[in-house]
Order: sequence, then C-alpha cells, then structure tokens
Amino acid sequence: MLIIVCPYCGKRPEIEFTYGGQAHLVRPKEPSQLDDEAWAEFLYMRANTKGVYAERWRHAHGCGRFFNAIRDTTTDHFLAFYKSGERQPPLDNVPLAPGERTR
Amino acid sequence: MSPAAAGTRAASGTWRTPSGGRIDRSKPCRFTFDGVAYEGCAGDTLASALLANGVHLVGRSFKYHRPRGILAAGSEEPNALVTVTRDAARVTPNLRATQVELYDGLIAESQNRWPSLTRDVGRINDKLSAFFPAGFYYKTFMWPRKAWKALYEPVIRRAAGLGRAPLEADPDRYAQRYAHCDVLIVGGGPAGIAAALAAADSGARIILCDETGEFGGSLLTESGVSIDALPAAEWVRRSMASLAQNPRVTLLPRTTAFGYFAHNFLGLQERLVDHLASAPVNQPRERLWQVRARAVVLAAGAIERPLVFPGNDRPGIMLAGAALTYLNRYGVRVGTRVVLVTSGDEAYQAALDLHAAGVSIAAVADLRAQAAGALPEAARRLGIEVSLSATVLGTAGDLRVSGISLGRVQDGRVQSTRSLPCDAVLMSGGYTPSVHLYSQSRGKLDWSDQLQAFLPGASAECERSAGACRGVYGLAQVLADGAAAGAASAPEPNHSPRRFEVNAPSRTSQAYLGVLPQADPPSSDKSFVDWQHDVTVRDLGLATREGFQSIEHVKRYTTTGMATDQGKTSNLNAMAIVARSLDLPIPRVGLTTFRMPYTPVSFGSFAGISRGDLFDPVRTTPTHTWADAHGAVFENVGLWKRARYFPHAGEDMHAAVARECRAVRNACGLFDASTLGKIEVAGPGAVEFMNRLYINNWSNLGVGRSRYGILLREDGFIYDDGVVARTGAERFHVTTTTGGAPRVLAMMEDYRQTEWPELDVWLTSTTEQWAVIAVQGPHSRRVLEPLVEGIDLSAAAWPHMSVGRGRICGVPLLLFRVSFTGELGFEINVPADFGLAVWQAVHAAGQAHGITPYGTEAMHVLRAEKGYIIVGQDTDGTVTPDDAGLSWAIGKNKADFVGKRSLERASMKAASRKQLVGLRTKDPRTVLDEGAQVTSRPGQRPPMELIGHVTSSYASSVLGHSIALAMIAGGRARLGQTLYVPMPEGEVEVEVVAPVFYDSQGARING
Repeated sequence: MLIIVCPYCGKRPEIEFTYGGQAHLVRPKEPSQLDDEAWAEFLYMRANTKGVYAERWRHAHGCGRFFNAIRDTTTDHFLAFYKSGERQPPLDNVPLAPGERTR
Repeated sequence: MSPAAAGTRAASGTWRTPSGGRIDRSKPCRFTFDGVAYEGCAGDTLASALLANGVHLVGRSFKYHRPRGILAAGSEEPNALVTVTRDAARVTPNLRATQVELYDGLIAESQNRWPSLTRDVGRINDKLSAFFPAGFYYKTFMWPRKAWKALYEPVIRRAAGLGRAPLEADPDRYAQRYAHCDVLIVGGGPAGIAAALAAADSGARIILCDETGEFGGSLLTESGVSIDALPAAEWVRRSMASLAQNPRVTLLPRTTAFGYFAHNFLGLQERLVDHLASAPVNQPRERLWQVRARAVVLAAGAIERPLVFPGNDRPGIMLAGAALTYLNRYGVRVGTRVVLVTSGDEAYQAALDLHAAGVSIAAVADLRAQAAGALPEAARRLGIEVSLSATVLGTAGDLRVSGISLGRVQDGRVQSTRSLPCDAVLMSGGYTPSVHLYSQSRGKLDWSDQLQAFLPGASAECERSAGACRGVYGLAQVLADGAAAGAASAPEPNHSPRRFEVNAPSRTSQAYLGVLPQADPPSSDKSFVDWQHDVTVRDLGLATREGFQSIEHVKRYTTTGMATDQGKTSNLNAMAIVARSLDLPIPRVGLTTFRMPYTPVSFGSFAGISRGDLFDPVRTTPTHTWADAHGAVFENVGLWKRARYFPHAGEDMHAAVARECRAVRNACGLFDASTLGKIEVAGPGAVEFMNRLYINNWSNLGVGRSRYGILLREDGFIYDDGVVARTGAERFHVTTTTGGAPRVLAMMEDYRQTEWPELDVWLTSTTEQWAVIAVQGPHSRRVLEPLVEGIDLSAAAWPHMSVGRGRICGVPLLLFRVSFTGELGFEINVPADFGLAVWQAVHAAGQAHGITPYGTEAMHVLRAEKGYIIVGQDTDGTVTPDDAGLSWAIGKNKADFVGKRSLERASMKAASRKQLVGLRTKDPRTVLDEGAQVTSRPGQRPPMELIGHVTSSYASSVLGHSIALAMIAGGRARLGQTLYVPMPEGEVEVEVVAPVFYDSQGARING
C-alpha cells in the first residue's frame, strides 16, 4: 500500500485515495470544433508511461480534493505532490518522497 | 513391518538421544499420527517427534503417490504436509510437520493417500509414470469438453489432492493490527538478533519477528560455537532477554512475514494458540499485522539445497542441515547408518555431530575432487570414509531408504563404485539465500557465480538484507553484517555498531546446481527436482525439447515451483537444469517471480472480523424496522437493505408483487425510496455547472419545478439518471440512482475542481439526510392532502414535476410530485430522523384509501410497464440517450455538455445501434430470462446471429401478460416484427413492440 502525501492533509495511506489517471489533460474549450480524430485523442489516448508519470489522485476519504503526483511507475516511488492547477515541477532535482532508497 | 510397530519399538531410545537438545524430556506429549499413538517431548515439532519414533514415511507425493519422508526442518519442507485436527471445525490441512509444534493430545494425519500411507492405491501412478509426462493435463484432458466438469476435474482433484478443508464454519477469532516502527527485522537468527541489538542501541522502535516459536535460528543448532565467550544458545537467551526488556522492542515469535508491499508495508501472520494443548479463552487464534516500517532489515537466512539424483526422494533422504537440527535441537538421530552426500565442507558438521551421537557414518560422498578443509579432516581423523569426485547413481528402499549406489567421476566418465546399505542419506548442495521478500519488494537480484545463487542487488525500498539471505556466510561475518544493517537502519544511524567476539570453526560452503553426474542412461528417471509437485529432471528436459524456453513457461508447463512451497528447495536446481538444456548461462534463463505469501496464510487471518454480520457495512433506511416488523423480504442493493416485497400469509413473491402492483394501479402504494442518491448543488455557478454536466437544459427550469436529468460520461454513454429539482435560484436537489451516488458526486467534484474551478458552486451529499417516501397511485393525493400544510396539491395548482416546501405531520417537508410508476404520485422528503414517524402516519391515514406498502420488485414491474429504464439494468455503459429513446431530454440549444461531442460521431448515430424496445411473448405466460439473447431467424444453432438481448422481464398481473424490455439492433425500425429468444426450455417467439406497455398516452400521471 502506497503512502501518498495529500498537499492539503499530509501523509496518508493509499486506501484513503482514489486514482484519477493521467494529469494535465485539459478538456477542450469547444469540443465541437474538434474533428473525430482529435476528440478521440483527448478521450482515449493516455501516455501509460513506464517510468516517471504525472497522475491525479483524489483524497476521497479525506478532504475530497484532487491533486497531482509524480510517480515512477516502475518503482512506485513518488517524486512530487502538488495541487491541481499548479505547474508540474521540473523533474530533475526533485527530492525523493518518503520511502527513499538505501542503496 | 508397519511404521507404527517400528515406532513403538524404537521409542525406547534408538532414535532419541539420552540428553541434549532443546526439548524437555520430563514433559512427554502424547500424539497420534494416522491414528497410531506416539510420544514426543515438549519442545518437539511434529516432525522431530515422528523422527524420534523412527517414522520417516509421512506422505504420498502429489502426482505419483510415491512414499515421502521429511526432507527439511523448517518452513521449506515440501513433503511432510499434514492435517491437524482439534475438533470438527478446527481441521487445518497442509501444515508442514516441521513447523507444527507438538502439544499433548495433538492429532495429525497424512494426506494424499488412500486407504493408508503404507498401502496407497494411487501408488499405481508411479508405475504408470511414463504416461504422466510434463504437460500431461494439457495434453490429455482436452476432449470432449463436457467431460471436464463431470469426469476429469473431479478425478484429478481427488487424485492430486492436498488436504481437505473443514466442513464446519471456523469458530475462532482472528485479529488484525496495524503497526508502525522504525525498523522491522524479519528473521530471528544471528543476523536478525544482531540487527535488533544494534538498532536498539540507537534507540529505534523495533519489531523483530520469526516464523518459529523460538528466536535464535541456526544458533539453536550450532555445536561448539561461542559468542562473546558464551555458548551460542546462552548468548541467544541473554540477547533476547535484553530485547524483551526494551519497551521500544516488540518481539513476535511464530510470526511469518509473508508479504512485502510498496513503501515498506509488510504483512505478518502471527499464530497465537495453535501450539497450545488448549487455547486460552478470548485469545484470537491468529493476528494479521500490517506493518509500515521506516526501514526493513531482511535476515531471512538461507535454505539448504537438495541434490538431484535418481531416487533422491525416498523416506530417510533429507537435507544434511535438517539432520543436524534434529540432532542438536531436538535430540533425534535420523538414522542408525547414514551416508552423507555433499558439495561442500559445511555439511560435514552433520556427519561429525551424528558420529559423536553414536550414529554410524557409512560414508561421505563428496562431489568435489578435493576436500581438505578442517571439517573433512576432522571426519577423516574419526575414521569416516570420504570418497572424492563422488556421485550418486541410485537408491534402494520402498517406504524407507535401504541403500545407496555410489559412483565416481573420472575423466568425465561415471563409473559405478559400490552400493552401501543405509537407513538415512543426508544431502547438501550448499545454500540458497532466501530472497523471497527482497524480491517481492521489487529489489533487483544479481547472479553470483561464486555462490551459484541470486543475491540482493540494489534495494527498491528502504531495506537492507543481512546475513545468509544476501550470501554472507560464517557466524562472525553474519553477526557483523546484521549489526551493521541494524545500526544503519535506525533513525539516528550508528556508524560504529557493537561487535561480537565469535569462536566458531571456519567453514566453506560450495554450492552445487543441477543433476549429479550420471551414467548414460541413468539408472532411473526419478530424479526429483520439485518434491512437492513431483517434477523430475525428465519433465524439465521434455519441456525444453518441446520448445519452452522462458523459465516462466517451463514453470507453468511442468508446474515446477508452483506448489504450496513455491519451490523453496527446487527453483534454482530447476533453473540450472533448464539453463544447461538450453545451453544458456543461468542469469539468461532468469528467475520466476516470487509472490506473496511466503508460506500459506489462513483465510481467517485475512478476513479478521469481516465475517458474518460484520462482513460488510450494512445501510438501512429509516423505515427498516417497520418493514422488518411487517414481514418484508429484503434484498441487498449495494450496501443497502431494501424491502423487496411484503408477503401476506401464504403469498409467494409472485403473488405478493402482483397484489402490490394492483394496489398502486388501482388505489395507492407506499414505497421507501430513501436509498436514492441525493446531491445538493448550490452557488452562483450552479445553473451553469448543471448545464455543462447534464444533457438537459436547466436555464429554463423554474424554481419549484423538477426535470428528469441524464448524465453521460465524456464518451457519450449514459452514466446515471434521476430527477433534478430546482429548489432555489442558485440551488438544485439532484437525485441519482441508488448505486450511483458516490461515483456521480466524484465525477461532479472532478469537473468542479479540475475543469471548471472558475464556477462558484458547492456540492454536498445529502443522501443520508433525507427520508424519501413515495406515495403512488390514483388515491395518493387524497391520502396526502390532509397531512400536508403549506402546499396546494390540486392538479391545477401543483402539476406533475412540481416541487415545494411545506410541512407534513408537523415536520419540514420537501415534496416532489413525481412518478416512477406512471400513476399520480408524490415523493415525500423529510429529515431522516422523522422518516419512520411520517411513514407510519401516512400508512395510517391511507388505510381508508387502500394504501399498500410495496417493495423494489413491484417498483421494477411498475416502471417496466411504463418503459422507464433503470440505469445499469437496461443500460450497460454502451447506451446513448437516443438508444434508450431519451433524446428528447437533450437540451437542444446547448453548445456543449459532457458527452455531447461523442454523440456527434457517426457511429453513435448509426441506425443499426441497439435501441430500447418492448418484447411481447406469443404465449402471454412466458417470462423471458433477463440477459437472454435475441435473434431474428428461428431454428439456428450456435454460433448464431445475435441482434440484441433482454434487459428487463416480468409477469405483469395488471396487464395479464408478460412484458420485457430489450436492446435490439435497429429496434425501433422493427416494431411489429417477430423475433426469437433462445432459452433453455426452447426458442420463444416474441413480437417487437413499443417499450410503453401501460397507459401509453400518459394520462394517469397527470391525474
């Protein structure tokens, strides 16, 4: 079970959260202006990254807020947590979140 | 001679040493094994007690039913699986006899034999083994398919069975506990104890667990070893006493760390009472610990590797280290005339100690060309014959090994040398570090050519492996490694951890992998690699010859390593044999995945208190007690208990539902709709928010009015529905389906927080705040009018879909004029605490008007008669509003709403899409199966053309015939067509009709 750091509430176990999929997808302002291909791209295509991935979580059994996290999907280590609407932090030099490695 | 006879006679002292070991000879424990009475001592395991009685034969093998004995002394034991019975409900199968602590009165039985261990009918499988090659199941039991369920599966399951589960419910309690600590140390051997001492020196909060009943690990078996000038066992005693006194240390014996999950979350299973003759009252049987550790030290030790040679599975053939443990810890000699086969020095200790205990060592067969270490020299000095470049060509014996045939390898050729009689063979192929938990933690494993084993590489978590589990051997080195790991894991790391003065003979261990050299062809093809699943060298060779190259495929094809022991003793030999056969280096063949649990964990531990009434939370509505008292039959809807119908005396469900439906159509029905999800949407942005989210237009909905709302997902498919009332200029009371409330609120929050944060709107779940009482039927107005204050209920003043606030029975009321039945109807919303009182008042007032409580079953029939869909029953996540005949609900002038763009795709408008229609059976009494497929041509055989399926189907007593709703391809263009529904009883002819069966003009709703 992961430990997730809610930017509003702090360190909590994974069972308090629901997963929200890839972060930083923005719903088009005028979907009717998109052709089918562009709409399908928005609707269905996800990065599914093996490695460092920006994703959304919701502290469903807590403050109820959505926020973003950066997780290495190969190790499940989080690299950063930040609020919705905030810019994704640069990925070099991000300190490791709790659960850092030993060697 | 039966093993029982052998046991009774030998109990006098042939097998048990007169002194020594950690058993208490003054406390005898009587026990039975397969109905035969034996005696052991306090401190014995079932395995050591059986061996002390000369019993080696303890089981029959999985596939060939070969006689099997005790191979090991710990949790890696593959053969000695037993069932321990306390009473009819406390029957525990598949326990390893090596881990079962003996108590007075223990009753154990062997498994997988019939009628008895010594005379087992399944033994014929061994003679027929040529017909049971690898992949036998896949190759043989293919056709006919029907035979699987009826014949093959039951027979195979019985023949290849492990133990049987108890037939009665488990009467015991299982506890669960969460814990946090600075350092969790797994394994209480020398490395684990040293780690605990060192971490405790730094003030760390520690949990130290060990799967056995006594801490000390290999130190409890060592002879002639001292630490800090104390005998090893005394050092353990003092160390554990100092740890036990430390309030920051939690010691958990009989506790298996079975799983290592992300972020240093580990599962431990603690067994609290199974070792006791009688369990204390109020003591849970097991406790599941869920531990979050800041740091983890794995000190899991290593498992001795068996050797692979023909006939290596006979009872009496065991690991050398196990024999040493039985002698030094339990005071048991495993034989009288013993042959040791080894690839390294370390195992000589077993020969030396057994020799000192009066056991005759017939020979030591050393696989190496040279053996010049201190231990082999010591053996030679005692006159023990040591053969070098040795190999084993076969063994003799049936229920117990009676002889061994040795050979010699010279210039790459194998020559037979001689056969020796013996009653025990000890084997040692070196050690395999226990990397199971490390691997579960996703740490990377590196291959060590020197140790011929996989070792922990870069840790994935805040974890350190210490001692033998990372290939560090030798007591001094292990203690130092443990102390370093413990000190470094503490929150305030200590860079100069305590040191230990060790006096122990130095040993070298040399590992051996694969098959021992054999003549061509070998004397027998029964060289076992995986004891528990009966996988032989021949099986692995066959798998590679048949083209399996990936070790994961070989594993599944041959089932090697897939038994309950997960191949603890077999995996590396299997890999080596596959590697040789494919001519690849072992690291290229790769390693199969280690999975939790390390050893089997009872379902009870996982379930904890979540059983019976506590299995799941239960949600009840405000009128639940009333419904219960009035004989309601309840159904589960999510976590809710809902009244399904209210049978009168002598009524079955069909009769009760028919009566309830007629009452609603002809008089008045009373229904608890409190489970409907309710969400309050409020704020200056509320109208815009609802417009963007739901397909409907909300701008033109006046305060005091409501509307049937539909919510799509962004992909255009119906997600939820419900009546939405505008209760204020900036306030909506949104209802959802019973099951949909949480996910609808989650979806709303998602859009509110992440897509439209600029909208000033608040969302509040109010499901539990309101009791909802539906009063439906032509008399419903007459029932309510005298009770309601502040609302004019007349048809003119308060038409269909009106909403208003007032009072009922003196309490605050939010009243809807809505109908899910097609009749004139109202839904009373009152604060939940008033729900029962108002329900009772309405029920009393309605007596004069024939008011009848009805349940969810009648509700389903009534709404289906009107063609009202239930999201999730008539829709399945691929249904658009138009498919369901609901495109009228779409706000025509809205530029956008969630799902709108997807509805514009050509495929979403295709005329061939499945559409909601009604079906009428030719025979009005036939009720179609819900979920039945529909086809357009009669008399087809599978595979047949399928054009849709039945979604709802009921007998309608009001209409006098059955009704059904269905999703049919191009359904609306098929009105009047005859279609066919294949059902188990035969094909049913149906006519496609409009989905509204009752009052198609909709006049009654406006009554």
